[in-house]
Amino acid sequence: MDGYPKGNAVGAPVDPMIPRPFRITKVKSEVPGVFSWHLVPVDGGGFAYRPGQFNMLYLFGVGEVAISISGDCRDGEKIVHTIRIAGSVTKAMSSLSVGDVIGVRGPFGRPWPVEPIYGSDLVFVTGTIGLAPLRPLIYEVLHQRDKFGRVIICYGSRGTDDILYEDELHLWRGRFDTNVHVTVHSAPSGYRGRIGSVAAAVRAAHIEGGDTQAFVCRSEVMTKPAVDALHERGVSSERIWVTLERNMKCGIGLCGHCQFGPTFMCRDGPVYRFDEIEHLFEIREL
Amino acid sequence: MRASIGDKVIFTHAELDRLIALLWGDGIPVVGPKVADGAVVYEPLGGIGEMPWGWSDESGPGHYRLVAGEDGALFGYSLGAQGWKRHLYPPRQNLFRAERAGRGFRILRSVGDDASPPMAFLGVRACELTAIGVLDRVFSQEGFEEPGYRSRRGKVIIIAVECARAVGTCFCASAGGGPAVDGRFDIKLNEIVEDGGHVFLAVAGSDTGAALLSRLSVVPASDAQIIIAAAQPVEAARQQSRRMDAEAPGILERSLESPHWDDVAGRCLTCGNCTMVCPTCFCTTVEDVTDLSGNHAERWRLWDSCFTIDYSHIAGGALRQKASSRYRQWLTHKLSTWHRQFGMSGCVGCGRCIAWCPVGIDITREIESLRKAGGSDGTD
Repeated sequence: MDGYPKGNAVGAPVDPMIPRPFRITKVKSEVPGVFSWHLVPVDGGGFAYRPGQFNMLYLFGVGEVAISISGDCRDGEKIVHTIRIAGSVTKAMSSLSVGDVIGVRGPFGRPWPVEPIYGSDLVFVTGTIGLAPLRPLIYEVLHQRDKFGRVIICYGSRGTDDILYEDELHLWRGRFDTNVHVTVHSAPSGYRGRIGSVAAAVRAAHIEGGDTQAFVCRSEVMTKPAVDALHERGVSSERIWVTLERNMKCGIGLCGHCQFGPTFMCRDGPVYRFDEIEHLFEIREL
Repeated sequence: MRASIGDKVIFTHAELDRLIALLWGDGIPVVGPKVADGAVVYEPLGGIGEMPWGWSDESGPGHYRLVAGEDGALFGYSLGAQGWKRHLYPPRQNLFRAERAGRGFRILRSVGDDASPPMAFLGVRACELTAIGVLDRVFSQEGFEEPGYRSRRGKVIIIAVECARAVGTCFCASAGGGPAVDGRFDIKLNEIVEDGGHVFLAVAGSDTGAALLSRLSVVPASDAQIIIAAAQPVEAARQQSRRMDAEAPGILERSLESPHWDDVAGRCLTCGNCTMVCPTCFCTTVEDVTDLSGNHAERWRLWDSCFTIDYSHIAGGALRQKASSRYRQWLTHKLSTWHRQFGMSGCVGCGRCIAWCPVGIDITREIESLRKAGGSDGTD
């Protein structure tokens, strides 16, 4: 993968430890416990990033959390973050409204590959909030749709009321050039969609392994079944890209918290090509 | 006498006192060894009268004692309980202060504008100098240098003192951290106490060091004195009974699922002492605080340890719940993955983690055990 960046790719800020004020211009409730923000820099400057990168979001006096960027990186106006309420900081963030100002440090991390995978078929494998870090890549692929082969999205949620970005999934499903498979774990009687695991949806999708690149964002325990299903469909580990999660405090490989084997996930990840980490993946509590 | 870089000169212990005074007079605080709470610590130092004159130390697994030295040396001890890291990368650092402004905030001060004063470190041992070299690498990464560290480090004058003896926990000779001082110093000293004489053989390693030596009363070193000084690190290496296996990086790579980690975890208290005394451990966390009005906030960077449960916390809980996982992280990072990250070992062989472990866990022995438990590459 020549030309694929090894670490923080673009826009490394001048002082990466100092939050830059951004104003919330839109708050959108997505699914229960999940909301999105549109953010605009207060200083009027720009903000360049690549799909798959993340920011550290700071709430004045409360704390900071690492959140992937989930908007369109060609959108010069705003950045979009989708946040799940998981702890005290995200809980406090959920009470903010349009006009409030938060701090942003970033962008950090190794992005998804785009140019190096021109010409391939693509399959996206994700579930629940895992669609958020993949959405910028999906947008980018759709911007350059003629550069890619088939595009398949396999998405799973727990029920029918927690399907993230449901409107967009419908939109993408309606396109003649994308295949969208949505599966749920449980559904009310009469539900006519697919019920079952994401891995089962991958097995059922028409993936031709030879020149397919796969992008996986699942919890760490659910990543392996997804990878196994991809292997079964003939997608080898060198063509599978995963994004992972660790505790992050700095974003620049300095605080040590996000180490995964020899890597600093904030800098060498969060996107990995699966064969880079396959030997570490099933070691417990690494 | 004017001293140039590389000249070997001699001055008396009284001149060392003058050197300390000269530095303070130049507005450069001198940090050096003192005795406090039964241990040698590196703190601001007014003169040689405050130094551990006549003190020596002994050290073993879970054991450290100051004892009376035999020869009245100023540097008769081996190492301070904590290294110089706390002066270069303090345990608590303010990253920024901010105040509420409308519906947002305004940054009042950032770590970048911290104008830290210059310092002179007196009594830096070879392993400690190697450790500073490791920190230089850690804090200077592609595209980013840690501004606080760079600011402090750039103004430090280093006066190194070569070891003439080793204590029980020393293993720098096999870890590659010493005992010979061979670079990165402004002045290198060898303390020579014999026949009632008490002098220092000094070599300048930089223009700053040469200029300082030129302000002292010095004479050229004799051949006999040069031979005595050269023999000191050789003797310090000879006295070392502990040895770090050169194959440690590979042994650890092959030991990620070794049953031996459970054995260590049966002894390890996960107190984090080893990470706190380690001269290269650099992990930190951040703490956000506000005043009672809620209108002023600060962020502090604090030393952290991979032995805390919080260290690996993500939504859903800590990733490294078991003591065995946390011990594995510390040892594997220090001795193995560090090479992949920084092109060098994270261990310099100072042995502090052995001495200050309350249950006396010895990392050189743990590597031996891991090798025996299956971490060997099969060639032996």
